[in-house]
Amino acid sequence: MFRRFDEAAGPIVEIVVDDRRIEARLGENLAAALLAAEIEPFRTTPVSGAARMPYCMMGVCFDCLAIVDGVPNRQTCLETVRAGMVVERQNGARAPGPQNGGE
Amino acid sequence: MNRTSCDLAVVGAGPAGMAAASEASALGLRAVVLDEKPGPGGQIYHAITAPRTAARDAVLGPDYLGGLPLVDAFTSSGADYRSGATVWQISEDGVSYAGADGGGDIAASRVLVATGAMERPYPLPGWTLPGVMTAGAAQLLLKGSGLLADDAVFVGTGPLLYLVATQYVNAGARIEAIIDTANPAAKWAALPHLPMALRQSGYIAKGLRMLARIRRSGTKVIHGARDIALEGEDRVAAVTWQQGASGQRQRLACRHVFLHQGVVPNPNMTMAARAAHRWDEAQACWVVDRDTHGRTSLPWLLAAGDGAGIGGAKVAELSGRLAALAAAHDLGRLDAAAFAARSAPLIRRVGAEMAPRPFLDRLYRPADGTLAPQDEATILCRCEEVRRGAVADAVAEGCPGPNQLKSFTRAGMGPCQGRMCGHSIGAVISELSGRSAAEVGYFRLRMPVKPVTLGDIGGMTHAQKEET
Repeated sequence: MFRRFDEAAGPIVEIVVDDRRIEARLGENLAAALLAAEIEPFRTTPVSGAARMPYCMMGVCFDCLAIVDGVPNRQTCLETVRAGMVVERQNGARAPGPQNGGE
Repeated sequence: MNRTSCDLAVVGAGPAGMAAASEASALGLRAVVLDEKPGPGGQIYHAITAPRTAARDAVLGPDYLGGLPLVDAFTSSGADYRSGATVWQISEDGVSYAGADGGGDIAASRVLVATGAMERPYPLPGWTLPGVMTAGAAQLLLKGSGLLADDAVFVGTGPLLYLVATQYVNAGARIEAIIDTANPAAKWAALPHLPMALRQSGYIAKGLRMLARIRRSGTKVIHGARDIALEGEDRVAAVTWQQGASGQRQRLACRHVFLHQGVVPNPNMTMAARAAHRWDEAQACWVVDRDTHGRTSLPWLLAAGDGAGIGGAKVAELSGRLAALAAAHDLGRLDAAAFAARSAPLIRRVGAEMAPRPFLDRLYRPADGTLAPQDEATILCRCEEVRRGAVADAVAEGCPGPNQLKSFTRAGMGPCQGRMCGHSIGAVISELSGRSAAEVGYFRLRMPVKPVTLGDIGGMTHAQKEET
């Protein structure tokens, strides 16, 4: 499990992950905030339902995908924590048609 | 939707992109820089402008903080910098991007791709399990959030593996073990290139200091491991391997595994633009064809930094400056004499900085079984979960190359667009068909180079989307 070895200055805010409220640092990387809060797994795959978590942390592997503020397939490693952000884990394949909370 | 025009559109705000934008602005060019991250610095200087602590600075070391002057010069250069911007298309007309500001189109006379390197994907059994990430990913978590994981096993080879391990030791993390997969014969292959590497003496000395620091910490370093596999159900639970030629299978329980097999250029954008690329046998990867200034086979497109060939941060910075000089010259904004005079010292410094490269490329060349996994059940394409066995079956049925493999297996057709599997699939097909990697080729890539919504392509702002 990841632990914080130091604490940089900055406000702590609340975000929601699947109805659970977690603490996060304003402006920090969203995937890092989810790892620090021990959110596991991030998603399951559309093909076999296998559990996945961040592999690259730099936007190339797409294993950290989540529904962020209603928008599916967001790379959480490229998202920045904002107060009140709502993250939903995306499990399996996306359903066709209107997505959960999307446009 | 934002529309603007400029002389030079730069994709990526790492060392190459920042240096290019600073140089271009100083030469009177209007430069726009687009980058996916919230702040400048790329991967090497990730989060350098975010709040930091003295403790973290001490752990990351002077090379990390050495990026500050470059970042400061960039932010005060006058270049139009757009963070959080995902470029999904480049062309002779310019670039299109999605972003928090609504995205848009930027018309540009020249486009510079400075999208950097990525860690070479390291497919082995169990590498998709939660708890398994790259050493670079672990380092980004440390740089950006001060996050550490105790009792991790580091597996692979290359300077970054040892750099991250050293930073972990300095931060007080306990490392379970480092399993060094380097081929022992690589040392002998590298040796003839050592004298040239020593001309840039700081680099080798730095490496030796890191190894000594790890040794002093008492961290277990295991050599001679073969057939490494990761076990676990919902999360990685152990690393197993074959020790030596006839030894017993070894097992080490762990909750975190950090993989690393060197870095390769991320070729997606220059390939999707249809610039010419070539297979680089020394670095075992595809690289864009370019001249000393980063000009590609397309008149409007330049490439700089590690995305155009691995050279490290210093070379990336220099190559960014050279690309800016080329853009200025080719657009008639810098005369031939000034262009030559300004280029010469930069080219000399690139030569000096590249001196250790042949030594390092050979010392840390991934073992053949790493480039082309042998285990049938190993997943090559993480997105579509295509295993080595399925690729072998397709080749046996007459599948000639990576592009045809898409129809056979869907490999390379997921959201990562082949970034994770392109090199290993090429290597497996090459091995099975007896053709060279150059002959086998790579996926034919297309725009958009990152998945975007139709709204992004239509250029709607977030507010407009809410209204629809």
